[in-house]
Amino acid sequence: MKSPVEQTLPEIGTKKRLAVFKFASCDGCQLSLLDCEDELLAVADAVEIAYFLEATSRIAPGPYDVALVEGSITTPYDAERIQEVRRQASYLVTIGACATSGGIQSLKNWADHEDFLRCVYARPDYISTLETSTAIADHVAVDFELRGCPINRYQLIDVLKSLIAGRRPRTPSHSVCLDCKRRATVCVEVAQGLPCLGPVTHTGCGAICPAYDRGCYGCFGPAAQPNCDSLVAQYLDTGSTHEDLIPLLHNFNADAPEFRDAGNQIRQSAGLSTTGGRP
Amino acid sequence: MQDGTEIRRTEFLATDDLQTLLDELQSQGYRTVGPTIDQGAIIYDEIESVDDLPRGWTDRQEAGKYRLEERDDDAFFGYVVGPHSWKRFLFPAAVTVATAERTDQGWQMRTPDHDAPRYAFLGVRACELAAMRVQDRVFLEGAFVDPIYQQRRDRAFIVAVNCTQAAATCFCTSMNTGPRCNSGFDLALTEISGGFIIESGSDDGDDILERLPTQPAEDALLDQAESARQQAVDQITKKMDTDGIRDLLMQNLDHPRWDDVATRCLSCTNCTMVCPTCFCSSVSEVSDLTGDHVERQRQWDSCFNIDFSYMNGGVVRNGIRSRYRQWLTHKLATWHDQFDTSGCVGCGRCITWCPVEIDLTEEVAAIRQSTTDKAPERTDEDDAP
Repeated sequence: MKSPVEQTLPEIGTKKRLAVFKFASCDGCQLSLLDCEDELLAVADAVEIAYFLEATSRIAPGPYDVALVEGSITTPYDAERIQEVRRQASYLVTIGACATSGGIQSLKNWADHEDFLRCVYARPDYISTLETSTAIADHVAVDFELRGCPINRYQLIDVLKSLIAGRRPRTPSHSVCLDCKRRATVCVEVAQGLPCLGPVTHTGCGAICPAYDRGCYGCFGPAAQPNCDSLVAQYLDTGSTHEDLIPLLHNFNADAPEFRDAGNQIRQSAGLSTTGGRP
Repeated sequence: MQDGTEIRRTEFLATDDLQTLLDELQSQGYRTVGPTIDQGAIIYDEIESVDDLPRGWTDRQEAGKYRLEERDDDAFFGYVVGPHSWKRFLFPAAVTVATAERTDQGWQMRTPDHDAPRYAFLGVRACELAAMRVQDRVFLEGAFVDPIYQQRRDRAFIVAVNCTQAAATCFCTSMNTGPRCNSGFDLALTEISGGFIIESGSDDGDDILERLPTQPAEDALLDQAESARQQAVDQITKKMDTDGIRDLLMQNLDHPRWDDVATRCLSCTNCTMVCPTCFCSSVSEVSDLTGDHVERQRQWDSCFNIDFSYMNGGVVRNGIRSRYRQWLTHKLATWHDQFDTSGCVGCGRCITWCPVEIDLTEEVAAIRQSTTDKAPERTDEDDAP
C-alpha cells in the first residue's frame, strides 16, 4: 500500500505573495476564499494578494510564494500554462476536486470527446481541447493538495495560516466515518442500507450528507489507503447494482486513481468500456 | 454518584409512574438523557418525558445491519444497544482543553472552566456499566486523572435497565459483564408487564426511590422480573472463548488471518467510534490567523486512522493489517497488561456497525481454530536425555 502524500514545507519568510490561478473549473473553490467573510480582512492583511482575477484586476508579476491552483487541465494551452505557473510559484497548492483529480469534467475520460464537441458546439472546429481532463499533479509537481467540491474554507484558512507560520498544514486524511461519529450521526449504510462512500472518502466536508439521510458521494475524493474493493464487494452483495455504484465512484473525483480503478473494475465486470474508446 | 456494590432496596413502580422518576431527577437539577428514536435508530439524547422513549419499538441487529422494528407490545426498554454509547456524555467527542493569548506580558495560558452538566442516564445496560468501569480505569485510576471525565462521571446519576432480550450480536455472557446489572448504578429497572421492578444501589438511589410512588415488590412480580432477565440470557447465541486469549493473540502476531481481515477491513474507524471503551483522542493546537490566540483542542481519534500513528516523520502502522491487529490485540490482549481487564464488554456494537460485517469473535475463533488444529510440535528438548 502506498504512503499518504508526502507534504513539504515552505521556507519561513516575511509577508507571503499569494496568487490564485484558474484552469477548467466552476470558480467555486476560488469563491471559498472570498467567502471567508470573518477572516477575509485578516487574510488580506496577512498576505500580499498579487494575482487573483476573481477578486481584483490588479496584477502583480511573479514569482509568487504561494500559488493556489483551481481547475483541471483540459486544453493544450492550459497544459502549457500550468508549466509557467509552476515556474513562478515557490509553493503550489491545488484546491478542489478539479485540480486534485480532474473534477466532474473527467467523466469525458470515459467517453469520446469528439462526440461531446459535435453535440455542444455548432462549430466544433473552433474548439481546441484535449481528450481527457486531468489533475494538476499529472502535469507538474504539487506541494499540497486541498480536497473537496468545493473545498472547505476553514481548511483553506488553515493552509494559509500554516504557510504564514511556516508549519505543516493540519488537514487530516481519515475517512468521513470518523466525522459522522464525532457529530453523532447514525450510519446510513448500517441503519438504512444506503450505499455510502464515507468509509473510503477523505475527511473535510464535516460529514454533511449522512446527516441529511443520504450516502456520501465522495466529493472529497479517496481517503488515505481506501479499501474500495471491500466496500464495493459489500455493496454488490447487499443489493446495490453496477448502475448504482459506477456513478457513485465515477463522479466529482472520477479520475482519482482509487475511485477510477474501483469504478473501472465494476465497468469491466458489466462489460463497459473503461477508456471511452481510446486505445 | 453510584458507589453501590449491592442492591439495597427493591420495589415495584407502575408503568404510569415512570414519569415521576424523570420528574424527580429533573427537579433535582439533573439533565435527563435516555433512549429515543432518531435517524432510524434508538440513540441516546436528552429527553424531557417518557413520551420521548422508544416505546413499542425494538432493534434487529446482525453484522453490518441495524433495523428498527415495531414491537407487538408497549415496552419502553424492549431494545438492546444502539449506535451511541454513554461515553459521548462522559468523554465528549470534541473539547477545548486549554487556551493561550499572546499579551504584552507574554503568553496567558488558561484552562477553560468545564462546568459539566449533571446528567441522569436512563437505560444503562449491564455491558455499559462494565464499559464505564473500564473507562474509569483509563481516565481516573492511572497516573493521570482526566478532570473532564472525572467531573462528568462524579456528577452522573445512573438508572440502569436490565436487558430482557438480546441481539444476535450480544456476547456479554462470554465477557462476564451481563446481562444482569449487579453494581455501579443508582437505580436499576427491570421491565415487566404493568411496570418495573426498581432497585436502588446507592444513597442517591435510595433518596430518589424514597420519593417515588412505589409499591411493595411481591414475589410474583419478582419472579416475573427474573424470568424476563433470564429471557435475555437464553437469547444470547454469540460466544467468545476468552480462555488464554491474551497469549493466544500475542503469540500469533504473524498469523495469516491478519492478512485475511485486512482485505475486508475498511480502516474506517467505525468500530472504535461505537465502542463504549475505546478512549483514544488526538490533541492539536489551533491558532487564528494572527497567531495571537491559540486553542488546544481534543477530539476523538482512532488507531484505524493513519495520521494517529504518525510520529517523527513517518507513519508507524502504515497498513490496514497492522492497524486492525493493533486494535484487536489491544482490546482483547494488551488491555489486560495495561489496565488489568479486558477492553471488550461484549456489547456487539463493533459487529453491528462495521459496514463490511467484520465480527471480532469470528476473527478470534479463526486464530484459535488454526492453532488448536495443529498437533503439538515436538521440540529438540523432548528428545534430550
